[in-house]
Amino acid sequence: MSDLSMREQFAHTATALLDEDGSVAVLLADISAGLFAEAARRHPQRVINLGIREQLLVDAGAGLALSGMRPILHTFASFLVERAFEQIKLGFGHQGVPGVLVSAGASYDMAQAGRTHQAPGDVALIDTLPDWVVHVPGHPSELDTLLRAAVGGERPAYVRTSTQQNAQPQPIDERGRMTLLRAGSHGTVVAVGPLLDAVLAATSGMDVSVLYAATVRPFDAATLLATLQTPDVVLVEPYLEGTSARCVSGALAHRPHRLLCLGVARRELRRYGTPANHDRAHGLDPAGLRASLEAFLNAQCVGGTSPS
Amino acid sequence: MTNTITDAKRRYGYPDLRLLMALQTGDEKHDGASTSTLDVLWVLYEQILDVAPERAKDPERDRFYLSKGHGPSAYYAVLAAKGFIPVAWLSGFGDVESPLGYHPDRNLIPGVEISSGSLGHGLPLAAGTALGLRAQGNGARLVVLVGDAELDEGSNAEAIEFAGAAGLAALTVVVVDNHSTTWPWRGGVQTRFAVAGWHTATVNGRDHAALARALRRREAAAEPNVVVADVGAERAA
Repeated sequence: MSDLSMREQFAHTATALLDEDGSVAVLLADISAGLFAEAARRHPQRVINLGIREQLLVDAGAGLALSGMRPILHTFASFLVERAFEQIKLGFGHQGVPGVLVSAGASYDMAQAGRTHQAPGDVALIDTLPDWVVHVPGHPSELDTLLRAAVGGERPAYVRTSTQQNAQPQPIDERGRMTLLRAGSHGTVVAVGPLLDAVLAATSGMDVSVLYAATVRPFDAATLLATLQTPDVVLVEPYLEGTSARCVSGALAHRPHRLLCLGVARRELRRYGTPANHDRAHGLDPAGLRASLEAFLNAQCVGGTSPS
Repeated sequence: MTNTITDAKRRYGYPDLRLLMALQTGDEKHDGASTSTLDVLWVLYEQILDVAPERAKDPERDRFYLSKGHGPSAYYAVLAAKGFIPVAWLSGFGDVESPLGYHPDRNLIPGVEISSGSLGHGLPLAAGTALGLRAQGNGARLVVLVGDAELDEGSNAEAIEFAGAAGLAALTVVVVDNHSTTWPWRGGVQTRFAVAGWHTATVNGRDHAALARALRRREAAAEPNVVVADVGAERAA
């Protein structure tokens, strides 16, 4: 396997797409420009660094799409999604053109940089908009497959890269289906993207199913329903906790169920350090996940009846 | 008779536009936001833009982005006069079944290139389209209409600086200047563009000949073009 980081893999795959397809363009706002230096030499009119101008980044990307091209837009998640959110809403959805937004700097990847460089609400924000595809790869080779699918697609897509990743890639279903990695009878844990390894470690020896999702929008309710035994569901998401709760609740609206949402907490930590420090603080390390899972799955239902 | 304003075979001229606007509002008096753009829009569609209803999908067509989407009745009147939309649509302006809203939607109205209404998006969108046309070797022109107060939005600054630096010569911005900005720029609107390397001209925004001269394609130009169409300050209501 390649030993590229996910962000390096993004540049590698995007460069290949530029070489293969004359309608693909990459727009940058200084971030990662160095990774695209060679691509910019080969394709000076289709690799464009706009400088530190994120509002322009998103609207100009939409403008490229209006001219019939397939834009890939990239910068840190906090500036791409939060700073330029109205541009995302109006430039792509409201105009009705596709485009692919690829972020770096997921949640607390840049723990030492502090809150200004952290956007754990990125997927939740995108989820306020209709018809977006959201990919959260857990490994560079998954990113390669998902980015190609997104750029070839007809819907706007958000692709979230992270420095945290799993040791091994999972096979990717281009239709966005979740993969059943373990079958168990006392609940289902849905692990999203780079949190898979932590979930596998945390659930070691537990009689639970583990589903892996690298695509969270559209949410694959069909696989959840098809594999569900005890209707106790735990969502483990590497961004804001509860982001996909509405999808699980919607899928299980017709039957009694319990749902635990784990992810990045809303509160601002005001701590620096490493991503591992933040994993522990948010309970997303294997020990923290294990404790939450045991407390939830062993708990009696309110009213005294245990789940059957 | 064939001379009623709604006759499908009729050809419309500039004197008809106020009647076409009146169909939308039921009133021949109009607010400044809609009438300030009327002359610029007419000159663009009559003399400048290489567009036609049957060429809506032609990649080589010129593009007109109405960024200042407020007060679109003059725009709808011109689109109706030029055959992009039926005159019969105009009386439904703002109705739930009408495609003509108080801000235009490109997905609902033939000939409308961008959906607008929120200020400060048309120029950055156009910068991207100019990049896309350039990358495709497409020689079409792009004209963006903004208001002087719309330029308060900082997103325009990002686009003005970049378009000047990148030499997006296919791009023309028309600033309809009705002196409505709360904090006017010292030296006038055009100074904002001039420092970023744009070709600038300021003309009387009601003078069709002067507008046409300033808006004409500038062969071999290396920089984007801004035309400040001064329509004077609005009268107090």
